[in-house]
Amino acid sequence: MSFPLLTVTAALPAVGAIATAAVPAAGRVAAKWLALAVSLATLVLAGVVFARFDPGGDRYQLTESHAWIADFGVRYELGVDGIGAALIGLTALLIPFIVLAGWRDADVPDAEAGDTRGRRWRPTQGFFALILMVEAMVIISFAATDVFLFYIFFEAMLIPMYFLIGGFGDRAHASSEDEAAKQRSYAAVKFLLYNLAGGLIMLAAVVGLYAATADQLGEGTFSLARIAEARASGELELATNTERLLFLGFFLAFAVKAPLWPLHTWLPNAMGESTAPVAVLITAVVDKVGTFAMLRFCLGLFPEASSWATPVILVLAVISVIYGALLAIAQRDIKRLIAYASISHFGFIVMGIFAMTSQGQSGATLYMVNHGISTAALLLVAGFLISRRGSRLIADYGGVQKVAPVLAGTFLVGGLATLSLPGLAPFVSEFLVLVGTFSRYPVIGIVATLGIVLAALYVLVLYQRTMTGPLKAGLEKMPDLRLRELAVAGPLIALLLFLGFYPKPLTDVVNPAVEHTLSDVEKTDPKPDVPVTAHDAEAAK
Amino acid sequence: MSHVATVHSLWTISADAPAAILAPDIEYMQLLPVLIVIGAAVVGIMLEAFLPRRARYYAQVMLTLVALAASFAAVVGLAASGHATEKAQIAGMGALAVDGPALFLQGTIALVAIVSVLTFAERRLDPAAHGNRVDSFAAQGAATPGGVAEQQAVKAGFTTTEVFPILLFAVAGMLVFPAANDLLTLFIALEVFSLPLYVLCALARRQRLLSQEAALKYFLLGAFSSAFLLFGVALLYGYAGTVTYGGIAEVVSGDLQRVDPAVAATMGNDALLLIGGALVIMGLLFKVGAVPFHMWTPDVYQGAPTPVTGFMAAATKVAAFGALLRLLYVVLPGLRWDWRPVMWGVVIVTMLVGAIVAVTQTDVKRLLAYSSVAHAGFILAGVIATTPSGISSVLFYLLAYSFVTLGAFAVVTLVRDAGGEATHLSKWVGLGRRSPLVAAVFAVFLLAFAGIPLTSGFAGKFAVFKAAAEGGAGTLVVVGVAASAIAAFFYIRVIVLMFWNEPKPEGPTVAVPSALTSTAIAIGVVVTVVLGVAPQYFLDLAGQAGVFVR
Repeated sequence: MSFPLLTVTAALPAVGAIATAAVPAAGRVAAKWLALAVSLATLVLAGVVFARFDPGGDRYQLTESHAWIADFGVRYELGVDGIGAALIGLTALLIPFIVLAGWRDADVPDAEAGDTRGRRWRPTQGFFALILMVEAMVIISFAATDVFLFYIFFEAMLIPMYFLIGGFGDRAHASSEDEAAKQRSYAAVKFLLYNLAGGLIMLAAVVGLYAATADQLGEGTFSLARIAEARASGELELATNTERLLFLGFFLAFAVKAPLWPLHTWLPNAMGESTAPVAVLITAVVDKVGTFAMLRFCLGLFPEASSWATPVILVLAVISVIYGALLAIAQRDIKRLIAYASISHFGFIVMGIFAMTSQGQSGATLYMVNHGISTAALLLVAGFLISRRGSRLIADYGGVQKVAPVLAGTFLVGGLATLSLPGLAPFVSEFLVLVGTFSRYPVIGIVATLGIVLAALYVLVLYQRTMTGPLKAGLEKMPDLRLRELAVAGPLIALLLFLGFYPKPLTDVVNPAVEHTLSDVEKTDPKPDVPVTAHDAEAAK
Repeated sequence: MSHVATVHSLWTISADAPAAILAPDIEYMQLLPVLIVIGAAVVGIMLEAFLPRRARYYAQVMLTLVALAASFAAVVGLAASGHATEKAQIAGMGALAVDGPALFLQGTIALVAIVSVLTFAERRLDPAAHGNRVDSFAAQGAATPGGVAEQQAVKAGFTTTEVFPILLFAVAGMLVFPAANDLLTLFIALEVFSLPLYVLCALARRQRLLSQEAALKYFLLGAFSSAFLLFGVALLYGYAGTVTYGGIAEVVSGDLQRVDPAVAATMGNDALLLIGGALVIMGLLFKVGAVPFHMWTPDVYQGAPTPVTGFMAAATKVAAFGALLRLLYVVLPGLRWDWRPVMWGVVIVTMLVGAIVAVTQTDVKRLLAYSSVAHAGFILAGVIATTPSGISSVLFYLLAYSFVTLGAFAVVTLVRDAGGEATHLSKWVGLGRRSPLVAAVFAVFLLAFAGIPLTSGFAGKFAVFKAAAEGGAGTLVVVGVAASAIAAFFYIRVIVLMFWNEPKPEGPTVAVPSALTSTAIAIGVVVTVVLGVAPQYFLDLAGQAGVFVR
């Protein structure tokens, strides 16, 4: 029996979370260092996963399979394809930065530290423990090759996220503490109810999947491998309507998570009210589970229904792209602006997935990784900015680059990455998505290109209003980035540059996985219409 | 004594000489779980009569715990020696079935009762009155609330240690209920466990009037439903000429040739069967708290002493669903198409009404009451699946649900203010800040009620939905999922109250319980998590236990 690398990678942060939560109240600083150490160790393990993954090998690697709940046909089955490996890498990469950026976010105010109730009230430990818990659940979700196993962690993840959003918001916008608490709790509940409702719809589909497999295979199963095998051999034939209903059940849950217009409304609230590191956790890590699951489960389990639904989904994706960008332009609040920008970007990702071309899906996968890194860079620096001024409103800033040039510079790079400037990583993926979409759906591709133009608008206007111009009163003493903050922003920007010029390590891993996914839906890339070679030209005549 | 049949008078003749009096053949060993509990209950009454007041509490608690543990051990022993599977049989002259479902449910009830006794025996939550430690029960049940007699009883330090034998009697009835194999045993078991519950409901130390009102309401409605059940029994006897389940089932399936002369005119009359069956099922639906027979639940759950509410909510449901399963699967399987449409309606209404009405509740005990109604709906969805996995899923759900319920009500006993338990939700505001551990534990139970993965509630819900889908009730699954989404809203609302709202300065305190309640809550948490993470062993157990003997 081989070493259960994936289990260990996921279990390490879970154990770390429990250990962090158990640190006594006085050891707040120790808890932070412990969480950071655990997240770095997880990063090392994720690096090993990435290194051990052989792009030319089997579709699912590092597989583990154990009996779990035989009565439900559930097995504990893990395995990564290139897409999973890339996203596990992204998750493990971002968590240390999130921990570092949130270093002071959950400190107990000095006034309360000596308070008797501070004895048992340990928000700092809780904050970092919850982050690690989310990391563990996200990693399991990316590695699960059993639908039920995935579902369990997909749903369970909501609980620590809910406590992170509701418990640790920033107080930078509301007139009073009470007002802030109210908005925070509203955002947390909205987040939970949207996602729970999506998840419960998926539960009905999961039960339906069980009933269908139990009916036709004699025993219910959730194993992707088993279902694929049964489909290939013709043992399992879902009726058209059944397949479509099941697809819708799954897709709705993922579309809430992703989030896709019109199911997106929880995201601006959740990202706006939570602290910047938690907002990064939401948009850069947790939401990726939704788009990832579309690739792995929607396309993998229900290929025909996926093709059937493609036109509608592409239209929704384009609406997300444009609508998100337009609303981003209209925002007065920095974090909500970034949230709407993310909705726009998720539109691109979904579009790439459902374009059903290899460029589109490779692009979408790269997009997930690059969007994670670029949003982390932009949002975390924005968080540093907000923590200095105590306000999220764009109007409260101006001329920051005069007093804090490094902060302004990193903010600009993060912003440029968000608008997909060539040379930075997101450009590659956005380009691939657009090319991939255009080759099959030219109209959709062209309309989506507008999103790029709008992105330039919201990013540059944001930069111009906050960083340039005359210095706003009250900002004269604003300090520049501290060492800890530089340690967050620097590596992220370096990574954006590196992947912008040399995305090969990532594409090498992702491309074969995308080929497999496309073969699930029995699609091949469309032949180019324009003659490319002399031979084509001959044939065209 | 004459050996010849002679005419004595106009009215009597001497009977045929009995050849030999056949002693009834009772399988004492198979009935041991029930016998132990009844025996202990009788001993408990004796202790109450003869022991000095000071010694009663400890003696009763020990006796009750030992008896319940012995009863559970007897159940395990029977199951281990194969009585749940290949040696399943009808015992006690056809009155009781000893089979998988019966033993599984009896084991569950015994465990639930053990945990309940721990909360019954808790004496550290209320401040001592006049130097005497007090529990959740009135000093003297019969004293007029607020009257002189009551004050004197309190001053004298009386405690109602009778609750322990009363509890044992109720448990005995519950142990018989899911095993009852004829309709009269069913009815007697129903009364044996209902009457003690009525009494227990009236015994709350605080809010005496509310408690007595609850007891009266429960008694009246309960008596009403018992009457329905009894009337149904009579009609079914008229239909089948027998009250044994096997006998009725034979008539239903048309196998029986022998006609009982006494009821020859009505035997085989389908109208009697349908009406009788409906009345008996109504009686049972009342006990499980299914809509439209749920009206009593909120009032009774609120008024009863909280330890009793927890016991009642958990154990009564287990027993009543056991009896309902046996009735539907053993007696009326041939009538599946007659009762299924009606039951579909009941399931849908129960799930939706429970979930929707719960949203508007402001008292935590009433909230849990309506949530129990919604859960009754989920369990019923498994009951009417009419597949073997339907039975096992219901068994598993009952096990999972009872421990979540026990734990939740045990936590409710801890949150107190000057007037006793502070059950109004507005008083729970900010509990998470004041007592993070208690709030977190309650949150675990709420999440289990809501069916969040990795808790027992999810495993149970998935099991019954799966069974329903396999039984061709996909619609029920969809309605169930919708009801779950609504229900999630109010469970989450309580979590929001506890964690995200600032505590009020004059809010309630959380009493530090003794080891008894702590143990009960800890057991609840452990079972909730274990059944959520690794349910396979218990699903296997329920699966093996999923066959009724007839």
